[in-house]
Amino acid sequence: MSTLFSIYKREFTSYFVTPVAYVFIVIFLFMTGIFTFYLGAFYESNQADLEPFFRFHPWLYLFLIPAISMRLWSDERKSGTIELLMTLPVSITDAVVGKYLAAWSFTAVALFLTFPMWITVNYLGDPDNTVILASYIGSLVMAGGFLAIGSCISAFTKSQVIAFVISVVISFMFILSGFPMVLDLFQGWAPQAIVDAIASFSFLTHFTSIKKGVIDIRDVIYFGALITFWLYVNVVVIEAKKAS
Amino acid sequence: MSEAIKVKSLTKSFGPIPAVREVSFDVNHGEVLGFLGPNGAGKSTTMKMITGFLEPTSGTVEVNGYDVLENPLAVKKSIGYLPEGAPAYGEMTVKSFLNFIADIRKMSGASRQKRIDEVIERINIRNVYDQSIETLSKGYKRRVGIAQAILHNPSTLILDEPTDGLDPNQKHEVRNLIKEMAEEKAIIISTHILEEVDAVCSRAIIIASGELLFNGTPTELIAKSDRNDIDHAFRLVTTGKSDANKEPTS
Repeated sequence: MSTLFSIYKREFTSYFVTPVAYVFIVIFLFMTGIFTFYLGAFYESNQADLEPFFRFHPWLYLFLIPAISMRLWSDERKSGTIELLMTLPVSITDAVVGKYLAAWSFTAVALFLTFPMWITVNYLGDPDNTVILASYIGSLVMAGGFLAIGSCISAFTKSQVIAFVISVVISFMFILSGFPMVLDLFQGWAPQAIVDAIASFSFLTHFTSIKKGVIDIRDVIYFGALITFWLYVNVVVIEAKKAS
Repeated sequence: MSEAIKVKSLTKSFGPIPAVREVSFDVNHGEVLGFLGPNGAGKSTTMKMITGFLEPTSGTVEVNGYDVLENPLAVKKSIGYLPEGAPAYGEMTVKSFLNFIADIRKMSGASRQKRIDEVIERINIRNVYDQSIETLSKGYKRRVGIAQAILHNPSTLILDEPTDGLDPNQKHEVRNLIKEMAEEKAIIISTHILEEVDAVCSRAIIIASGELLFNGTPTELIAKSDRNDIDHAFRLVTTGKSDANKEPTS
């Protein structure tokens, strides 16, 4: 068994021995329900699709994903287990990626448990299931982006609260950069290329295009590069200040 | 007796504050080295550098022939380490924690379970095997930490205060364990209990304010005191006064 997998296994099972996992999943399902049926006007739209469901995922993730990622490294620092982990024959990359993948798998479980929504919409009408599948994939990949940011931020601090707040702020900027109100600030004076570049940094821009049912290679590269970048910084941070 | 740990002019500064200054010593297989010194003297910092957790500001550490900076994974494979305070994942049971360590240490096959059983019997943690670590008493937590360190039967052991928080019987047990393992292993322990040094260590090192002040056998340390008292000898070495509690008269 590779050390990466050993780390992954330990992390993943640790979610389910504490109430954290169950609290998270219940709140996630509850919130997706509220957002879809009340804010998303799922019934009123009279359309058999899950667009009202997926529309709010970036906003849910903005708060819920940092709640998962805040403990990834902060907790190791606080309890001193980072010293144990870093003196075992484990490379820092294995530790960072193993922990990250465990957290990602956990969000995948939470996302999977929204399947009654999919059953409902199929019962009520005749939705385009390839669009729904693409949206699920897009949502999971976007969750991975949020998680990579959160994991990296939690490596900086002992305090889970600080990790949570900073992760929310940075994630918020990644959502916001695709918003008209931000883009309008630049529209007047900056060249179009810069406005496009800022927009292309947004989770929303990429998620919206995947949500339409088209998984474009550029969106995949965007999320892949974003995750790799944040995890790389995560490794560098642990390497440099594991003992401080 | 082959050389296990070679520490050469090891120095660590945190910013402008030097925590360890030019410390050098060797430990051979078959030796138990006792690390003594007041709190904050640099004992734990030195151990953290030997195990590769902290990077030295200057100087080198070689463990079983591997340089800790050039080949950290090889060093980490060949040592067992009990960090200060015996940190462990509190939400895990003793069983799942030791199995995690066995996974990381790449232990497999029939010998794996056999070794886990052997260790939990030897350390006396059978009765808490299925309990989560955060519910254990300080003494049990410490013993789980020791179990974790010796699980893969390493040739070199570094134990930071292995008997801290144990009751007198448990202390006795752990000392016996260390003595038993001493024959083929190189062991470093740090302690505040001076009679422990006399009881288990073949050599003692005293560090104070980051500097190495004494390196010799416990008998040599005791001989420093005209009262044949190891506590007195320790005070002499670390404070330079014959009796730290008494004001010099004149």
